[in-house]
Amino acid sequence: MTNFWSKLSIKQKLAITAWFFLAVPLVFYVTIRFYPTFEAFYVSTLKWNLLGVKKAIGLKNYVKIFADEDFWLVLWNTTKYALVGVPISMIIAFVIAYWLNEIKFGHNLIRAMYFIPFLTTAVAMAWVWRWFYQPLPIGYFNILLSWIGIPQQPFLKSVTQGLYSIMAPAVWAGLGFQIVIFIAGIRAIPRSYFEAAEIDGAGRWQILREITLPAMKPTIIFLTVISTIGFLRIFDQVYTMTADSAGGPLNSTKPLVLMIYEFAFDEFKIGRASALTVILFLILLMVSLMQLWLMRKHK
Amino acid sequence: MNDFNATMARLERAQPGKVILWTLLFIGGVIMITPIIFMVSTSFKTGQEVYELSIIPQKPTLENYIFILQESKFMRWMLNSLWVATFSTASVLFFDSLVGYTLAKFDFRGRQIVFVAILSTLMIPTEMLIIPWYMMSRSFGWIDTYWGIAFPGLMTGFGTFLMRQFFMNLPDELIEAARIDGWSEFAIWSRIAMPLVIPALSALAIFHFLGNWTAFLWPLIVINDLDLYTIPVGIASFNGEFQMDWEVVMTASCLATLPTLLVFLVLQKFIIRGIMLAGLKG
Repeated sequence: MTNFWSKLSIKQKLAITAWFFLAVPLVFYVTIRFYPTFEAFYVSTLKWNLLGVKKAIGLKNYVKIFADEDFWLVLWNTTKYALVGVPISMIIAFVIAYWLNEIKFGHNLIRAMYFIPFLTTAVAMAWVWRWFYQPLPIGYFNILLSWIGIPQQPFLKSVTQGLYSIMAPAVWAGLGFQIVIFIAGIRAIPRSYFEAAEIDGAGRWQILREITLPAMKPTIIFLTVISTIGFLRIFDQVYTMTADSAGGPLNSTKPLVLMIYEFAFDEFKIGRASALTVILFLILLMVSLMQLWLMRKHK
Repeated sequence: MNDFNATMARLERAQPGKVILWTLLFIGGVIMITPIIFMVSTSFKTGQEVYELSIIPQKPTLENYIFILQESKFMRWMLNSLWVATFSTASVLFFDSLVGYTLAKFDFRGRQIVFVAILSTLMIPTEMLIIPWYMMSRSFGWIDTYWGIAFPGLMTGFGTFLMRQFFMNLPDELIEAARIDGWSEFAIWSRIAMPLVIPALSALAIFHFLGNWTAFLWPLIVINDLDLYTIPVGIASFNGEFQMDWEVVMTASCLATLPTLLVFLVLQKFIIRGIMLAGLKG
């Protein structure tokens, strides 16, 4: 053995060491990542309740999903979480980051106040928000509204307000992360750009529009994609805030992941649930590919 | 950076709006932490006082904490969460940096394929894997075990990618010199390369630990045994049990949130820098 080892060139020895280091991780990635991915595709073509016989039914699960009115409602809900949540959170985060970056006195304190919600557990904070949304005399939001003479609002119990009431804590919790990344992005801009603009007599707005924002395009794309994917995968908040009837009232707040959870673990329609996960995968893949495309265009 | 701040400070000084700006940002910050303040304050209130908007309880009480710790398995859940998150984070720190280092500093055939394969796992959402993981856990008896909660997250494509980026910046001469001195490859990685990427390691540790501490979907699926709940699953289960005792529920939420907040307050600078690092590299 030692003889064999000593005969090898340095390059060969290094290659063997490399594969030795990679051995356990490769087993992990093959068994816990790649194999399950293929299995998800395979199971999506089965009719199966986890215990009984597996029955191959081709693409019927997908046909059933597309014929299901609830699926389109859920898909629309999921889209709304992203389409409304992402721009709102990005704009608020950018405005705060832009101004916070210029403040030196108490900078860390103020930044901490915006950042702390990011560290909370969604499930724990869901209780706090649920409490705030309660009707009078319990809910703080309704108490505040009553002070300024606005009638009581149903919030979580409403078909129209429910989704946005759940979105609010999600936006709230993600804001701190977005602000920190935005500040990092602003600070990464070479200061000579600003100095040059200042010498040319450019005003604040002009600097923001013509220098800061274009230079931050990669940061903006990165955050948009991360937040979009986050909102498209929303689950914790919905599951815990609507616990009386998950995704209710009348499915008006139900996102894709909750539908997957219910198909798989309440109704044991494993095939149908897997098909839904494949659909979610394709949607997220499109978002990621769009990022790559935008980044390339940027360069 | 300092010059940039100085320039901006000069701009600021010319404008009287700075105090107003500061005040607005401060008010915004207060609004941000209001839910947390009410959560903490309510946890010290008695049942009668819950519906009052006052922040300082009139008759502060520890009863809610005593109740939670005695009547529920909260301490047990806390230890479960802590153990799983620690184990998983240790594994990620070890393997992600080992793989990242190997991909950055070893030249061997197949390196590119391995890298692209691991990177491609970033495209696969967890939700797609949970059903196969659940089937796997059922056939191997991993349901209701710590291993069952932890196994999907023992290595991550994100961490590997992050660590590779950092190891690539290390000069090759450093490694060559150690090789000539007769160091083993493992020792070069663990004793020379690793100490040089501690900022990246701490960023990865914080991200992964926090992600595990707050993880909900997978533990909810793989754990049915009340004794093995993690904190989020335990808190979600309060729905049926203590339904309308808001002060009790707030106390539980408080206990779940405080550990991460305390860690943050102690390590604020470190954590923010870590997130900036990870965000910009990723």
